[in-house]
Amino acid sequence: MSDPRTTPLHDRHAALGAAFTDFGGWLMPVRYESDLAEHRAVREAAGLFDISHMAEISVTGSHAGALLDYALAGRLSTLTVGKAKYSFILAGDGGIVDDVIVYRLAEDRFLVVANAGNRVAAVEALRAAAESFTPPAPEIGADNSFAAVAGKPVSVEDGTDATALLAVQGPRARDVLEATAGVEFATPAERAGDPDTDWTLDDLPYYAARVGRFDGTHVLVARTGYTGENGYELFIATERAGELWDALLLAGEPLGMRPAGLAARDTLRLEAGMPLYGHELGRGIRPAQAGLDRVVARDKDAFVGKAGLEAADLTSAPVLVGLVSEGRRAGRAGYDVYRGEDLVGEVTSGALSPTLGHPIAMAFVDPSASEAGSTLTIDVRGTRVPATVTAPTFYRRKK
Amino acid sequence: MTALENLAYTAEHEWIATGDAATVGITDFAAGKLGDVVFVDLPAVGTAVTAGQVCGEIESTKSVGELYAPLTGEVVEINDAVVDDPSLVNSDPYGEGWLVKIRVTGAAPDDLLDRAAYLSLTGGEE
Repeated sequence: MSDPRTTPLHDRHAALGAAFTDFGGWLMPVRYESDLAEHRAVREAAGLFDISHMAEISVTGSHAGALLDYALAGRLSTLTVGKAKYSFILAGDGGIVDDVIVYRLAEDRFLVVANAGNRVAAVEALRAAAESFTPPAPEIGADNSFAAVAGKPVSVEDGTDATALLAVQGPRARDVLEATAGVEFATPAERAGDPDTDWTLDDLPYYAARVGRFDGTHVLVARTGYTGENGYELFIATERAGELWDALLLAGEPLGMRPAGLAARDTLRLEAGMPLYGHELGRGIRPAQAGLDRVVARDKDAFVGKAGLEAADLTSAPVLVGLVSEGRRAGRAGYDVYRGEDLVGEVTSGALSPTLGHPIAMAFVDPSASEAGSTLTIDVRGTRVPATVTAPTFYRRKK
Repeated sequence: MTALENLAYTAEHEWIATGDAATVGITDFAAGKLGDVVFVDLPAVGTAVTAGQVCGEIESTKSVGELYAPLTGEVVEINDAVVDDPSLVNSDPYGEGWLVKIRVTGAAPDDLLDRAAYLSLTGGEE
């Protein structure tokens, strides 16, 4: 097994005193000084995350949208340019290969952002789908040349190595971006010319993305995130990542922004009820079990996983619930969940919630034990800790 | 707080200050590896402990570390302040973050380390 890869910002993390961990084959900062301080910063001001380990896969071509309708669980062909959508890559049996966010950058250009650990599987799945995909019959138009009829062929390109990804998340995230030297949302020429291209962050609703600039280099600014706070994810060429990080930190520190590592990222997303692949999502789990059947556009004529989902009988399949407890001892991934003396499930993620001050967890349990309000117990290293079943979202930010 | 050079250390990253009873805590190295400590589970006063055996737990946001009794004897006092505020283990591991006091009954273990030996073990520097 080869050594883990490092991101373009590795030296900066080391200089800040970060502790590192191998995550998905990448050496990533797990914390800088304190998980709790970083978590709190995101909830109260802002946190700056290096998530360059994520995979960026371009899917382009005249029929890219239709291909993604086939390759993914949801309907992407109707996604408006400049909008984003959460989706799954499914296997033939309906199990989840990866959860992804798809951004439509143009009529014929999509960006699929996949988990680092699933990058190879995601690229292979998209390429395999492209090979077995039959594009819709072209309309006959004025230009009947072969090229016009065939359209631009579909292409799946892995752009991960060339792309860095930084996330600014928190109630002051917008202030940080607007204060960052070199960050512009339209060139002066664009501003002078076409008012439509002079955009501000007002023009970026949740789950939308537009191209801005950092010191002359294109930055894709996406209003997406994984913390439950407002925030932005910034895609930039690897060579400029260090300077963008420095500029964001310079502007953000006086506003309370701190660099934040994967430990804080995990407690933040858990509080916000967001699933993590390898815990709440996995190859053996179908979307409905995780409460995410709405991600699947079941009425599509053909898509990878359709037959598997239709054939699956999930009536007694484990379902994902939230669990809250009193005290300070949290159930953690892998701990058993009981109803009385009956083993009914297993914790997938758990922590003492920094924001709420009590233990929270997500767990897969037998459907008979999944009713909200039920009292179950978690075996915490030999001690049975009572836990109440809730919906798996524990924190919602104030609007 | 006893000077760090006057403490004895174990390979499990505890420190011991000798006195009428021995005071025991974990080192800054261990606290740093754990991350933010959120819960400490200490043996009750009166508990008999045996050198080398697990007698409690120190839990951080991301992981759980076992607390090994470094000496054989009886727990005569535990640090209520650290039970109420586990972050003391991170902010002052050799002082306010002390964990238990043990009245030693057995012979001292022969594998305790002095500061220099502990620093070599952890690759630390003075």
